[in-house]
Amino acid sequence: MQVENKEFKPLIVAFCCNWCSYAGADLAGTNRLNYPADVKIIRVPCSCRVNPMFILRAFQRGADGVIICGCHPGDCHYTTGNYYARRRMTALFSMLDYLGIEKGRTRVEWVSAAEGQRFAETMNSFVSTIISLGENKRLEDLRCKTK
Amino acid sequence: MQRIGVFVCWCGSNIAATVDVQRVAEELKKEPGVVFSADYQYMCSESGQNLIKDAIKEHALTGVVICSCSPRMHENTFRKAAASVGLNPYMVEIANIREQCSWIHKDKATGTEKAIILGRAAIAKVHLNAPLIAGESPVTKRALVIGGGIAGIQTALDIAEAGFEVDIVEKSPTIGGKMAQLDKTFPTLDCSACILTPKMVEAAQQEKIKIYSYSEIDEVKGFVGNFSVKIRRKARYVKEDICTGCGLCTEKCPQKKVPNEFNMGMDNRRAIYIPFAQAVPKVATIDPNYCTMLKTGKCGVCSKICGVKAIDYTQQDEIVEAKYGAIVVATGFNPISPAKFDEFAYSQSPDVVTSLEYERLMNAAGPTNGTLLRPSDGKHPHTIVFVQCVGSRCDGAEKGKPYCSKVCCMYTAKHAMLTREKYPDTDVYVFYIDVRTPGKNFDEFYRRAVEEYNVHYIKGMVGKVVPENGKLKVQAADLLSNEQLHIDADMVVLATAVEPDPSARSLATKLTASMDTNDFFTEAHPKLRPVESPTAGVFLSGMCQGPKDIPETVSQASAAAAKVIGLLVKDKLVGNPCVAHSDELLCNGCSSCEKVCPYGAITYSDKEFRMPDRTTALRRVAAVNPAVCQGCGACTVACPSGAMDLFGFSNNQIMAEVDAICK
Repeated sequence: MQVENKEFKPLIVAFCCNWCSYAGADLAGTNRLNYPADVKIIRVPCSCRVNPMFILRAFQRGADGVIICGCHPGDCHYTTGNYYARRRMTALFSMLDYLGIEKGRTRVEWVSAAEGQRFAETMNSFVSTIISLGENKRLEDLRCKTK
Repeated sequence: MQRIGVFVCWCGSNIAATVDVQRVAEELKKEPGVVFSADYQYMCSESGQNLIKDAIKEHALTGVVICSCSPRMHENTFRKAAASVGLNPYMVEIANIREQCSWIHKDKATGTEKAIILGRAAIAKVHLNAPLIAGESPVTKRALVIGGGIAGIQTALDIAEAGFEVDIVEKSPTIGGKMAQLDKTFPTLDCSACILTPKMVEAAQQEKIKIYSYSEIDEVKGFVGNFSVKIRRKARYVKEDICTGCGLCTEKCPQKKVPNEFNMGMDNRRAIYIPFAQAVPKVATIDPNYCTMLKTGKCGVCSKICGVKAIDYTQQDEIVEAKYGAIVVATGFNPISPAKFDEFAYSQSPDVVTSLEYERLMNAAGPTNGTLLRPSDGKHPHTIVFVQCVGSRCDGAEKGKPYCSKVCCMYTAKHAMLTREKYPDTDVYVFYIDVRTPGKNFDEFYRRAVEEYNVHYIKGMVGKVVPENGKLKVQAADLLSNEQLHIDADMVVLATAVEPDPSARSLATKLTASMDTNDFFTEAHPKLRPVESPTAGVFLSGMCQGPKDIPETVSQASAAAAKVIGLLVKDKLVGNPCVAHSDELLCNGCSSCEKVCPYGAITYSDKEFRMPDRTTALRRVAAVNPAVCQGCGACTVACPSGAMDLFGFSNNQIMAEVDAICK
């Protein structure tokens, strides 16, 4: 995108629930909708499976952004999982914001299995937000750096 | 250390075009624990699977990573292949390098790099995989059908035919549903009662079917194969097993002014009633809202007149608890009330009727004994205007519904045709947005209405209906000739939209089955699994899933029955082994996990533990019922002490994936 950011390749971890968002990501692929390769998806059974520890770990290991995708409210395969995810992440994200991990680096999105387009759009917008925020230096543990 | 084999699929050119598969295989070979790595054109093909099987045997692999398409596509295929050569199927992990890599990236270098990272994450996960063995649970060989309309009856008959016990729970006093109220059915003009009532009788006589009429579902617990259901048998104040259905009480009851819901309130019934002559079970029911005896304690006429002493004013609701292996939802539909549509003057004039009311007016067993008479003055109407799409296909959906109700075009054509046939002196107008007639012999039927019966079909909507001097002044627009029309009609018939039965929403909550925005039940897959709900063991039949006509309802009912039979013939169900489990030594008994579990799979008990000082102590610890747990993982995050973990998606496994991606 911008010239000065050309070097910066963000590292983004996406947690996708098996029933809606992971299928939505598959649909984005089936429809050949592009989004940056910086996004790496981890499959979880439900958005409520995402432990705050996973997110802290990702930031510690040098991730620049973490996004959690689940079924739309009311559509959770397990009825209520995404509500728990929403609550937990609201608490966690404001705490992370306090610690210096800007709110823009964390996001919860609802993507259904039919919304491949929405998945790609969400990832594109998330990546561009992260690019504008730059590298995560706040929580990164230098001991974890391999390069 | 695991011995891991990595298999990179080309998927023809689907993956190989944007990912350098050889390089991926080479790079992943360097990962710790990887003892074998290969790439092949089609891993899912028989020779591809053989490649995997041979490698597992030859290299004594303990874990397998397949870099291929989405696990939603072929995870099962590869797990089966691994299992066939003795490797636990849950030691197989898939790295999705097609949908989530090769198909979304165009640059080969980027794609290859990402594929390697995804492969590494999968390898990191497999290192921590443990063999899992799926649990088994028994199947209760009895089905429950909720709703006793044509959908429920057909499903129950088909299941019973296969030799399984079925219970039908119907909330009204008789089975039969909406179809019992219809006069004729399109496009054959069969008499509805003539084809439905034999089925109702068959259901009643079939030994394997038990009908709980005038009953509702109170509570549903359990899971596929093992549902435990509480059925509330509402007090009908008549002993069902004694009442002979002679109907004497329904003639002598002094409370005569009760709107008859079977005739859409167009005539009256008594406070004790049998809904219609062919009701099944043919048993009287006392309406507690109108019965003088129940309200004031003074009357008792029916009790005196009943020859078999079936009346019991002290009857209470009774709860029946039963176990089922499968549940079929067949709760059906209701036409919406047109009261919100003021422009049609439904609440101002009795001569503006809904199609179901018109159906009763045409029916020989209806309030007018089948003679078409205006409800206001009992005269024969000469001009009748039919309005289609009342509440269907509404933009914004504030007043109506966004969907097409599917049956209105055809039943309106039927009404128009029957009216013209019986009363050739009537003028019949039909106002439509579109005439939709997809179906066997449907378009022919509609064309017959237009060509043979000279029904005036006009494209356009009615703007306003004004009752004036005993006439209904209809103002409408003809969109084809672009003219304003004024018709003095004697009757206006509104083809109102259908909506799911209002009881469906609370039932869905009890069943943990999901619904769409219009409260129709959703299918597990709209195309490939149309009669199953996403909740295992719950099936869908009829209008509760979406608007459909009788033949479609019956086919769906039989399809649901086939699915139920397929489930009930099994002696054991294999469960999902990816469930939560609690480490009792870490658990502090706080109940956090129990509160978030949507299935009630977690229970607490006091257990004796040996303490470091050699004393014993009782501690409250959690235990998960693996047959009930669905593996969402909500409890694993709620647990403050880290005692809860999920097989297949453990904390360590996901952490390892995070680490591998962030390397």
